[in-house]
Amino acid sequence: MGVDLDIQKGSIFCLLGSNGAGKTTIVKILSTLLKADSGEASLCGYDVKKNANQVRSAISLTGQYAAVDGLLTARENLRMVGRLSHVQDASSKTDALLEQFSLTNAADRPVSTFSGGMRRRLDIAMSLIGKPEIIFLDEPTTGLDPQSRIAMWKVIREMAGTGVTVFLTTQYIEEAEQLADHIAVLHQGTIIAQGSAQELKSMLASRSILLGFADQAPYLAAQQKLDGHSYTIHDDAMSISVITDGSVKQLAALLADINGIDIAFLEQKQASLEDVFLTLVSK
Amino acid sequence: MNTQPSLYWKLNDHFVMAGRCIRHLTRNLDNLLIVIILPVMMMLLFATVFGGAIRIDGDGNYVNYIVPGILLICIGYSASTTAVSVNTDLSQGIVDRFRSMPIAKSAFITGYVIASVFRNIVSTIVLILAAFVLGFTPKASLAEWLVIALILLLYAVAMTYLSTIFGLLAKTPEGAGAFGFVMLFLPYLSSAFVPLDTLPTALRIFAEHQPITILVEALRSLLASTSTSHMAGAILWCLGIVVVSAYIAGQLFKHKTSS
Repeated sequence: MGVDLDIQKGSIFCLLGSNGAGKTTIVKILSTLLKADSGEASLCGYDVKKNANQVRSAISLTGQYAAVDGLLTARENLRMVGRLSHVQDASSKTDALLEQFSLTNAADRPVSTFSGGMRRRLDIAMSLIGKPEIIFLDEPTTGLDPQSRIAMWKVIREMAGTGVTVFLTTQYIEEAEQLADHIAVLHQGTIIAQGSAQELKSMLASRSILLGFADQAPYLAAQQKLDGHSYTIHDDAMSISVITDGSVKQLAALLADINGIDIAFLEQKQASLEDVFLTLVSK
Repeated sequence: MNTQPSLYWKLNDHFVMAGRCIRHLTRNLDNLLIVIILPVMMMLLFATVFGGAIRIDGDGNYVNYIVPGILLICIGYSASTTAVSVNTDLSQGIVDRFRSMPIAKSAFITGYVIASVFRNIVSTIVLILAAFVLGFTPKASLAEWLVIALILLLYAVAMTYLSTIFGLLAKTPEGAGAFGFVMLFLPYLSSAFVPLDTLPTALRIFAEHQPITILVEALRSLLASTSTSHMAGAILWCLGIVVVSAYIAGQLFKHKTSS
């Protein structure tokens, strides 16, 4: 594996990749659940292999599937993890976190009756009770409805505001763009690019040309003509983004290629992170 | 920050994990059935259905004769449900959370053992009360009762550790549940319910040497206050199973959760 990461304290770091790219494996190695075959990793100055216990004291893991105990209530879950994190006042911290994550009304219900969004909120509250320096969120919004996802983003931003380092994995480009200070793109076990969302975008292409179509026929016909270009298609919007270096020469070449096709609109814009991701991954 | 958690926190971890398992017991109707109904049904079944048909030597009181066997069946079966709990837990994210925390390694399995002992204390008391209602007349002294309690406690711990091994090895919770059958039927191949000389030779040889027979004989003679001949054997068998299976369970847990 080719993974070399350097994460700033107190930032939101995002590991972006498709299913099976190796995101969870990296999280498991860094959170001491899995031993790496080779290489070194250290968190807060502690080596994950040699000082596993110190690392465990500094981190908190929220797995891909909400790591909560379904038979216990929200309050019991929080108190249990608080006591296992060896905090002195687990009960008062529990009350504060229930309040903070809007779970006070459901506090004494078994977690098995919770909705997906409530489970994730409880999961994150449980991760915070031990006052970790680094919190791992492995795909925290996978399977959530849009409203819960936006609520989760707010929670993650607030969390980073308190000085915790957030290590986030996601398969959603938008999520990475919304939240992360620093993004690493993981593909087949290798980091293929990293930087801020802005840096990643400028790294690849300075501009993209968005072509919009009113009909299916010209939309498909245009795709036939774009062989020499790097582009991504958006079926739902019937539009195509063509990646260019921003030069007039390339724009003229593009226009020559699609001459005669009925185009509803043409727009020049900065490449989206999605364009960057898809181009990187398809290489 | 210490490399090793202090003794105080280690104990804390064990208690928290045991508290979790005990809470699980109260949230689950199956557990209530096993703890309260099973012992009562077993006593009733044997004392009233089979009691009339089976003739035994000694004082002729069949209730006195079967109490040790039923105690062992109930404890064994109740302990065996740990296999299902362990297996179910392993398939859920909560175990990953525990493992990424700086908690005592042994607390996970010890939690189940403490909860199982707790549950068995309740069901054993229920069983003995039911036995008294049906005509149980033990003659044991206080000291003998204490030895009986010790043997039963060790048996519960031994069977729970054994059961965690099955829980760790099984691929599904249903598979882990199969261990319950072993614990439910093994006592029948012993002197628990019928005198051994009524069995066919092959079965008799097995029954004479299996630990349940030694435990049954030890409990029976302690309850009747007749001899202490099998006492040491019973305690040694239980201790042996505890030591071996606790070691294997610990190793399996480590192996199973690190791959």
